Amino acid sequence: MEKHITLPLTNELVSSLQAGDMVYLTGIVYSARDAAHKRMIETLEKKEALPFDLKGQTIYYLGPTPAREGQVIGSAGPTTASRMDKYTPALLELGLKGMIGKGKRSPQVIDSMKKNHAVYFAAVGGAGALLSRQIRKSRVIAYEDLGTEAIREMYVEEFPVIVVIDAQGTDLYQRP
Amino acid sequence: MREIDVQTISDAVRELCIRINYELSGDMQEALMKAAETETSELGGKILGILEENLKVAKEEQIPICQDTGMAVVFLEIGQEVHFTGGDLEEAVNRGVARGYTEGYLRKSVVRDPLDRVNTGDNTPAVIHYQIVQGDQVTITLAPKGFGSENMSRVCMLKPADGEEGVLNAIVSAVKEAGPNACPPVVVGVGIGGTFEKCALLAKKALTRPVGSTSGKPHIAELERKALERINELKIGPAGLGGRVTALAVQIETYPTHIAGLPVGINICCHVNRHIRTVI
Ligand code: SF4
Repeated sequence: MEKHITLPLTNELVSSLQAGDMVYLTGIVYSARDAAHKRMIETLEKKEALPFDLKGQTIYYLGPTPAREGQVIGSAGPTTASRMDKYTPALLELGLKGMIGKGKRSPQVIDSMKKNHAVYFAAVGGAGALLSRQIRKSRVIAYEDLGTEAIREMYVEEFPVIVVIDAQGTDLYQRP
Repeated sequence: MREIDVQTISDAVRELCIRINYELSGDMQEALMKAAETETSELGGKILGILEENLKVAKEEQIPICQDTGMAVVFLEIGQEVHFTGGDLEEAVNRGVARGYTEGYLRKSVVRDPLDRVNTGDNTPAVIHYQIVQGDQVTITLAPKGFGSENMSRVCMLKPADGEEGVLNAIVSAVKEAGPNACPPVVVGVGIGGTFEKCALLAKKALTRPVGSTSGKPHIAELERKALERINELKIGPAGLGGRVTALAVQIETYPTHIAGLPVGINICCHVNRHIRTVI
């Protein structure tokens, strides 16, 4: 099914999404990948506050290319999600509702998604030029020293994704 | 003896880094177009359409094809009649990479140490492979490699008794396990023979061959065909969401090996298989 959704994700919105749905997202998403995840987890271990409140939010596993003069962002497609698996359950426990990436997730992540009622979307890998057009605003809000791996707050419009794993744990990659 | 200023090499490397990250070589564009014609899954066909559109946008709007603009892998075939002047060759290559990635608005994806993981800030150093050949020319092949697919690559030290079937199984299972992670449709570079490191290098080199070209050895060309057929029966499909086109090509290079061994290197590359060559 084709759906158009305004972020942030609520429990009702998450419930309405099923593996296989084509979804167009509009609203705020946060970019974070390997190094930012590592730092967020270290921050939590030190009992300090994260750079943004995860509740209801969506993280896009992304490290873009630099923007040219006049561009909002450079090429901006998804990176492989499984590298974030080790860190993900802790973030889901804090209210993270959506993740955008590509590729498989671990059983631990899927269990935690079911428990915390979250959804995993895939964007088309290797289509970063096209996807960047749907990102209308972008600013670094934390970890600027990480360069491409910094955390960005981005406003996306009709950003195309596919629900790969829904909150029931149905995994589109595992189809028979 | 022909003198070549290393600055010429540096400038060429800079140019190649930029060009190949904004426009794929003709063989890859053609392979993707053909794939779109043969894909039977509706979603798969749609995704291949998106990839074609992405290539168009990248070129027209000068946005890199993929945000992972890769670690720069450089093959230098240096004629033995060449004498380099003007400084250190390796430094010159890295200077070219640094300028290409900085001036070309490409992503800096290299860390200075695999464990402390501090970004070098200019995508250097490159991985450089030197080969001394006959003549007085220098051939530069640049193949920036994305790591979504690099991470799914492997070396298998098979036994001679495993034979052709063993090699086929190794290739197919690597692609199967890579699944959606490697951004299919993939191109599979395979190196068979040599030693542990030689087969990996051959696999990487195989990826720089024009996609769609077949091995000059008939039995290897047949193996390429069989492997591709079996991979496309996996039905992983574009983006791993189901379909016929899981791989665009399997390209195999071979080398003599030891009586006790059958090394197989499998280097998986995504549909953004960047390779470009220039002769100086
Ligand atoms: S695997 Fe290739 S297409 Fe996919 S994100 Fe990496 S470089 Fe881009």
